Amino acid sequence: MAKKKTEQKKWPEKWHEVTPGCMVFEPGNAANYKTGSWKAQRPILDTKKCIKCGICYIFCPEACIQEDTEGFFQADLGYCKGCGICAHECWPGAISMVEEEE
Amino acid sequence: MGKRIGMEVGIAAAEAVALCNIDVAAVYPITPQSHIAEHMADIIHDGRIDAEFITVESEHSSISACAGASATGARVYTATSSQGLMLMHEILPIVSAMRLPVVMGNANRAVSGPLNIWNDHGDIMPQRDSGWICLFTENGQEVIDLSIMAFKIAEDPEVMLPTVVNIDGFQLTHMIEPLEFPTQAQVNKFLPDRKPYATLHPDNPMTMGCFNMPDIFTETMKAKDTALWNSKKTIVKVFNEWGRQFGRKYNVVETYKAKDAETLILTMGSMGETASIAVDEMRKAGRKVGLVKLRLWRPFPVEELRAAIKGCKTLIVMDRAISFGGAGGPVATEIKSFLFHDKGRPRIVDFLMGLGGRDVTVGDFIAMVERAKNKKDETYEYYGVRE
Repeated sequence: MAKKKTEQKKWPEKWHEVTPGCMVFEPGNAANYKTGSWKAQRPILDTKKCIKCGICYIFCPEACIQEDTEGFFQADLGYCKGCGICAHECWPGAISMVEEEE
Repeated sequence: MGKRIGMEVGIAAAEAVALCNIDVAAVYPITPQSHIAEHMADIIHDGRIDAEFITVESEHSSISACAGASATGARVYTATSSQGLMLMHEILPIVSAMRLPVVMGNANRAVSGPLNIWNDHGDIMPQRDSGWICLFTENGQEVIDLSIMAFKIAEDPEVMLPTVVNIDGFQLTHMIEPLEFPTQAQVNKFLPDRKPYATLHPDNPMTMGCFNMPDIFTETMKAKDTALWNSKKTIVKVFNEWGRQFGRKYNVVETYKAKDAETLILTMGSMGETASIAVDEMRKAGRKVGLVKLRLWRPFPVEELRAAIKGCKTLIVMDRAISFGGAGGPVATEIKSFLFHDKGRPRIVDFLMGLGGRDVTVGDFIAMVERAKNKKDETYEYYGVRE
């Protein structure tokens, strides 16, 4: 097996570092692959309005919303695509979508 | 020298593959490949070899089944033609991107429409950017030899790329020719078991065919392109090894009386045999005419072609496919691109001919050499079209 480097790269940086067929040998490492970079908007949660119902968690098509230690449901922006479904479904109106540039 | 037997080339292609210890064949029948599909099914269902024949509902499924089987480490074969190959088109670059050494026989046939079941290269040319190794055969013996060699090339750890063996439809597939088969022991010696780089197995979870974002896709494409270019080394090595074991030497670019030729005809596939007879006749008449044949189309053997055409004044490219609204036939266009910067390159004359099964006779080759003499520019021309 290949020697473990002290600092493991998330993915190949150079073309000759790509494994044949771009095969991936580490099970479950898709979690390391952040796919949220293409979003144009991101959700902002107003914890004063949030009633912790979790409807955003249920509807998120990316399954990137998780409950934090205080019971609030927060989107992981590393995977969030900015679709806005959580904001649309949030009936207390606690989630608003803001432009990425802001 | 082994025993030569008379056999139809399509049947012989299946018999050659049967010597290769395959595990899976998924073949959907289509004219003029049908005899390969039918005979492959016969061989497996008669129990002559220990393999699985998957009866699929389309060519899209046959190549997909082959990809899946190959990913488990199996040695896999499929065959198709024309519309079938067009239906496979979506999957072909996936098989090469996943570096799966599937071997395919393609009975070259014109693409619809209008519907035409006869031979030209219009089916394989749209697949040329799929990342497959692409070989052409000239006669039945080459079909046997290259079908066996294809597995060794494709599965080489330095290669791991799918390989297509082009067999001109009817012109080759339906010919009965005297053929020499290697014995099972000889093939076993030449072609050891596949040693896959990786296999899909629940005990060792891994991913094949992963997702690429814009920040890695370009790198993955360059890696694939480089792998295809590098495969030529192995192709030459396997050709040489075959030559040593069986006495029939193959080259990525074949030449015939080309050394001192002022005019060279360039062919791919079965028409090379007819062209060589035409060269003989023209040589008899004192004309310095020779022949160059591309056996390898992808990766393109550019150095070998340069060496083969060195010193010639006119290169007549026989294109058996059309790029509508484009610069010419695919072969001539490619050669012109490669030679664009070469000082003293030959004049390149591009004839589109032999389309949809139209015969190309010895007389036609001689007529094309005559026509090329008077042709002033390098634009393409439909040879023999009625005006």
